Parts: sequence; structure tokens; C-alpha cells
Amino acid sequence: MGKRSVPELNSSSTADISFILLIFFLTTTSMDTDRGLARRLPPPPEDHLEQEDTKVKERNVLQVRINAMDELMLGSEIADVSQIREIAKEFIDNPENLPNLPDKTARDIDFFGTVYITDKHVISLQSDRGTSYSKYFEVQNELVAAYNELRDELSRRKFGKPYLELPEEQQVAVRSYYPMKISEAEPKNYGTR
Amino acid sequence: MSKFGKGEKRGMPALNTSSLPDLIFTILFFFMIVTTMREVTLMVEFKVPKGTEIEKMTKKSLVSYIYVGKPTREWRPRVGSGTQIQLNDKFASLYEVQDYVYQEREAMKEIDKPFMKVSLKVDRDTRMGIVTDIKQELRKAWALNINYSADNRN
Repeated sequence: MGKRSVPELNSSSTADISFILLIFFLTTTSMDTDRGLARRLPPPPEDHLEQEDTKVKERNVLQVRINAMDELMLGSEIADVSQIREIAKEFIDNPENLPNLPDKTARDIDFFGTVYITDKHVISLQSDRGTSYSKYFEVQNELVAAYNELRDELSRRKFGKPYLELPEEQQVAVRSYYPMKISEAEPKNYGTR
Repeated sequence: MSKFGKGEKRGMPALNTSSLPDLIFTILFFFMIVTTMREVTLMVEFKVPKGTEIEKMTKKSLVSYIYVGKPTREWRPRVGSGTQIQLNDKFASLYEVQDYVYQEREAMKEIDKPFMKVSLKVDRDTRMGIVTDIKQELRKAWALNINYSADNRN
């Protein structure tokens, strides 16, 4: 008398229900992870400060200009995108301490001790209103690549490991050895007239 | 007496599908975790540029998006085919960029506000003029961390 079995619930449709849920989520969500080049803009100019812009010595600046025809100028010479990386690397590093490349100052950096680095250099990137975004991005990419290559070379020399595999403190040290200084200059309109 | 004899019990036994729902649920949960809700419907077409030094963006909650490109086909009759800026779900003019940044920042948690990032999803063929204008507006709104959205080359 006590043994009355409960009939089992028919669960064959659960699969269908969960399939519907699955398809709903597949369509309404996106998996794309956002990638890109991270940049930091300079703070907005304050009117009264604008005039006394900190003067940077000429040897410390690498001017990169792109005109409306997507043509490129490095310093005072016409150049090609493929040349940027090498020129920028030499400019940032100044390995032979040449007088026409950025001057070096002594800095104390963890792991490295006192080193002479070109921490006053600036790469100034100027584009025209008519420059195409893809060209601009390509140049930005090459400049970042120059920094990344220098950092990687340094980290291999010093720690025997690629930069990305270093622990956080060592990465910070390497970063301050080659600080990234790409200035996105105030927009100018030239090359169109 | 033979083991193999019984004629009527031939044929395939039905496959036990009782674990199928669990399986599907597992896949469902996987997707719920790794994906994010699509927030806006895109009204502009863009193909982001390709680069080699691309980094992954972390913390989606800190990121606001600005889309720049040509309107999609269905919008062209109404707004023309010139480059447009899209903020949230509508086309916007340059002057609305600042407001947009303030709104987005207002919606954030207090501790997150200084780390706000703006991701610029800009079409390859856009002229720099409009991008520079947007950057100037972002500077005025103190949204200084930006990210040029791009794909990995190769």
C-alpha cells in the first residue's frame, strides 16, 4: 500500500528550452574583445598657460608630419613608413651619444643603477586634416613598435627574457628606461593650400 | 535457452538523452560568462585599421565607445553618405561628444571615474580632421585615456 511510485516528469523538452536560451544569448551578445593602441592625450590647454609652452631643445624633438596626401616627413626629410621604426629607435636610444640626437641625463632606475637615458626626447606627431586615419594609425603603430622593440632588446640584454615575460617591477624599470613620449601635437592645417 | 535467441528484442536501444539538457546548459553558461551584451546597434560601417602592437583592453565597464564611419545602407537616404559620429544609439554632432563623456562618467562608480577610457572605433578611410576634432573634444572633457581600436595584422 505504501509503495506508490511517483511517475517521472517528462523532461525531454528541457533540451529544447535550453537550446532556445542558448541561441538567444548567442545572438544578443558579442564576444569581441576590444583591442587597440592605448594612448594618453595631453590635458586641455589653459589659455593663460599656452604661451609659455615649455621650450624643448631642437635636438630632443623628432618631428613626424603626415600631409593630406599621406606623405610622410621625418625631421626635415621625406621618408617612408617602413623607415620610421629604425629612425625612431635610433632617436630614442641615441646609442652613440651623438650631438644631434636627444641629450642624456643620469637617472636612478631600479635594477639598472644610475644610467644615462634620453628622458627629454619627444616624438611629435602631426597630421593634416586630410590625412587618412589608416596612415595615421600605421605611423602610430610603428612608433609604438620602436619603443616596444627597444624595451624588448633591453630586457633581453639585462634579464635574458623578453619584456612581456618580466615580472611587474622589472617591466616598470624597463619602461622608465625608455619612457614613451609621443606627443600628438595641436592640430594644424597645412599642406592643403 | 540461447543467449542470442529472443527475436523480438532486436533493434537499437534508445539513446539516453537525459544528460543533453545539462550539456546545453553548460554551453549556455559558458556563453553567458564569456560574452557581453551588445550595447548599441551600429549605425555606421567601419573597418578598424590593422596594427602589430595591439594590446587587449581590460575592464569593459570602464570603456565608452565612439564610432566613426560612413552610415550603413539603411541610414544613407536620411543622413547622406558622409562620415558620421555615432554615440550610443544615435548619430551625433561633434559638440555632443563632451556631453556624452560627462554622461558616461556620471554613470560610473566614483572610484572608477579617473580610469575612464574612450575607445575610438574609427573607419580606416576616415580623414584625420574629424578624428582630431573628436580628440580635442575629449581633451576638453578630460577624457584623456583613449584607445585607437584596431585589429591584429596577420
